[in-house]
Amino acid sequence: MNLTLQVWRQAGPDVPGSFATYEATDISADASFLEMLDLVNERLVLDGDEPIEFSHDCREGICGSCGVMINGVPHGPQRGTATCQLHMRTFADGDEIVIEPWRASGFPIVKDLVVDRSPFDEIIQAGGYVTVDTGQAQDANLTQIPKETADLAMDAAACIGCGACVAACPNGAAQLFTSAKLAHLNLLPQGDAERYERTESMVGVMESYFGSCTNMGECETACPKEISIDFIAMMNKDYVKAKFRNRRSA
Amino acid sequence: MSVLDPKVPLDDDGNEVAIQTMWEDHKFDMDLVNPANKRKFSVIVVGTGLAGASAAATMGELGYDVDAFTFHDSPRRAHSIAAQGGINAAKNYRGDGDSIFRLFYDTVKGGDFRSREANVYRLAQVSNDIIDQAAAQGVPFAREYGGMLANRSFGGAQVSRTFYARGQTGQQLLLGAYQALERQVAAGKVRTHTHKEMLDIVVVDGRARGIICRDLITGEITRHEANAVVLATGGYSNAFYLSTNAMACNATAIWRAHRRGAFFANACYTQIHPTAIPASDEFQSKLTLMSESLRNDGRIWVPTEVGDDRAPSDIPEDERDYYLERKYPSFGNLVPRDVASRNAKIVVDEGRGVGPLKNGVYLDFADAIERLGFDVVWDRYSNLFEMYERITGEDPTKRPMRIFPAPHYTMGGLWVDYHLMTTVDGLFAIGECNFSDHGANRLGASALMQGLADGYFVLPYTIGNFLADKLNEGEVGLDHDAFAAAEEVVTARTKKLLAIDGSRTVDHFHRELGKILWDYCGMARNEDGLVKALGEIPALREEFWADVKVPGSGATLNSSLEKAGRVADFLELGELMVRDALDRNESAGGHFREESQTDEGEAKRDDENYSYVSAWAWQGQGEAQELHKEPLAFRYVPPSQRSYK
Repeated sequence: MNLTLQVWRQAGPDVPGSFATYEATDISADASFLEMLDLVNERLVLDGDEPIEFSHDCREGICGSCGVMINGVPHGPQRGTATCQLHMRTFADGDEIVIEPWRASGFPIVKDLVVDRSPFDEIIQAGGYVTVDTGQAQDANLTQIPKETADLAMDAAACIGCGACVAACPNGAAQLFTSAKLAHLNLLPQGDAERYERTESMVGVMESYFGSCTNMGECETACPKEISIDFIAMMNKDYVKAKFRNRRSA
Repeated sequence: MSVLDPKVPLDDDGNEVAIQTMWEDHKFDMDLVNPANKRKFSVIVVGTGLAGASAAATMGELGYDVDAFTFHDSPRRAHSIAAQGGINAAKNYRGDGDSIFRLFYDTVKGGDFRSREANVYRLAQVSNDIIDQAAAQGVPFAREYGGMLANRSFGGAQVSRTFYARGQTGQQLLLGAYQALERQVAAGKVRTHTHKEMLDIVVVDGRARGIICRDLITGEITRHEANAVVLATGGYSNAFYLSTNAMACNATAIWRAHRRGAFFANACYTQIHPTAIPASDEFQSKLTLMSESLRNDGRIWVPTEVGDDRAPSDIPEDERDYYLERKYPSFGNLVPRDVASRNAKIVVDEGRGVGPLKNGVYLDFADAIERLGFDVVWDRYSNLFEMYERITGEDPTKRPMRIFPAPHYTMGGLWVDYHLMTTVDGLFAIGECNFSDHGANRLGASALMQGLADGYFVLPYTIGNFLADKLNEGEVGLDHDAFAAAEEVVTARTKKLLAIDGSRTVDHFHRELGKILWDYCGMARNEDGLVKALGEIPALREEFWADVKVPGSGATLNSSLEKAGRVADFLELGELMVRDALDRNESAGGHFREESQTDEGEAKRDDENYSYVSAWAWQGQGEAQELHKEPLAFRYVPPSQRSYK
């Protein structure tokens, strides 16, 4: 396959960037999208140019490192698929592909297609855990968890923290990421004790970095793990309860 | 007498104490640090995968002052996240005859009698605590309808002891450890340093006292001091270029430690995992694993006849060779990984491979779907089936999967004693980066177990014992000559890599190294090939340092520069892998020497001459490492020829 790429190049966070055009020639349809970029980069390096920087690591769709806008869509055209698992057979010979970094004020650009997603770690620090020290646990089977509950918690816990939800959102909101972690922990008996403190605290940090949710639903469509926006509804409900409850207990 | 002291607890007569009570008693015997004094000790943890994150979080909870380093943008990206199948524990929730002793026994036997019994027994003991801890953290393990934890079976075991969270067990366990870590960050007990790659260890008077890092965003070289340094930096399968490891997995941290005096053990013990998706072309950047758990319900076969090009559904039952079930009736498709891999290589070498490049074997779910129903099978493996279809464009519920072995895990690593300390005082190694528990072959679902055992339940005790008598030892100071000298080494190397400006990319050299290692030090090895590799690798290394092209500068995000440093270290480590494989003229687990096999073609150990851990000491650039041997004694599991028939 032969493709024309329009790639966002930006040397650093404080300098203006622009699109550069590259021809990606002789690409195998079985290559992954990132392998296509590898090949373009290998040729750039041999020509003495700096390669296109992009985040990636496991290339199995689980580490959450990768993610670029492909023709305006986070992770590209295939539903439920991270950029690293997208294969070139999805494209047609001769296609022009526009490749950009996540565009969200909560994720400043570091270089080229690489963005800073550290606010996600700060949201987790605000309560995305169960307070249990190593060694305090009782036998695991003493707490029974219905299969449906465990399965639903797992659906939420499948989030890979890639940030596609934020990139897809017209408001740059991080509700899907935050609610997925909240649902994972709040649904389980282990997370119940801290449910309302956790909800209020994580939402607070989220709002300090990201925009507001207006129920557009773009996040669910973009999510490579197809996490449901039902979890956002669950979070909103818990948040309202938390506001009353935490005020009463304050 | 070797310089190696494994520090396995001994009684007054110098004999090892009983293994069943050894760890409990030793915890009592070890020195403690008073809770109020723990904050006076600083610990550096490099790597934030299962081992590193769990260790950093636990030490933070205990009160130590912890700095955790990762080259990723977040601790959660570490490659532990990609582990699919599960984690073993000796809970015996199924009542099928499991016990701590049986898990210990299976692990020692599965490791082909090349691991240290004392460490393995401890691993089996704490396995149960890990499940309890993870469940308490909210890890969403698979459940049965009654709410109890579910289990599945894994290769190399005849009991069902593997806990799992769909096909994302590594992800969920890592997120549990990561969340515990972030809780300590919020509490101010742990500082995380992201985008920081450790490039050297600082050793002062024989003690590890700090590290040198490069900030991958700004290029800044920084110095960090602590009372102890813990490496949790994973394995070195990426030496093969194509492996199931993530792109950034590398051996630089352990290799730099090796060059500073840490012995490197059993470098040749590498695990080639039997169930990865076969390579499709030469530009492929990595291989994708399909969890071994698939072997629970999938049946492995190839056509009986060489050159049978029919579609799998057109090949009748009596013209299929279910070769694992045929050769190993009692374990069948659940033989250990090394056995499954080698047998796949044998049938492909015979010309019976399947797929367009004839480089795979079938893993067929048709029988399981017929027996259990589509929904049950889909529920167990849906994410793996979907992943397979995304990569290959084929639906594995309709057409058998094609699989082939791929480098996946390295049992070798830094030599550590019973306290998980390397031969450098104050330098610890935990998780995959040490050599300790898996011998010559790791059983499935045991990597997650070992990483978390080391991080949650072993290191936090042993590090206290190490630090207890160092209460007012004071700082060495970042201005110390050792820090300046180590920084100078890092700076000079970076400059040198950028200045070569040759004609070939880093990836070119990495691919070449991978080819040499795969051909001569892969699933089967022999003296001629190893000797050849021992000539080719230094030549390739020389070419690298003369002709590599690293564009850009050192003062910015520069992925070529990062890769160049890592490949330079692989070019040294690869030579040691070959040297170790050449020394070990026996077959053991993942190390198959063609000269040493039984009449039936199985791996044949030579206990008389090779029942030792090989631990190699760095002798300087361009010099061959010196071999030290830690003799292995088996008091509880008498060595036998492994048989899975």
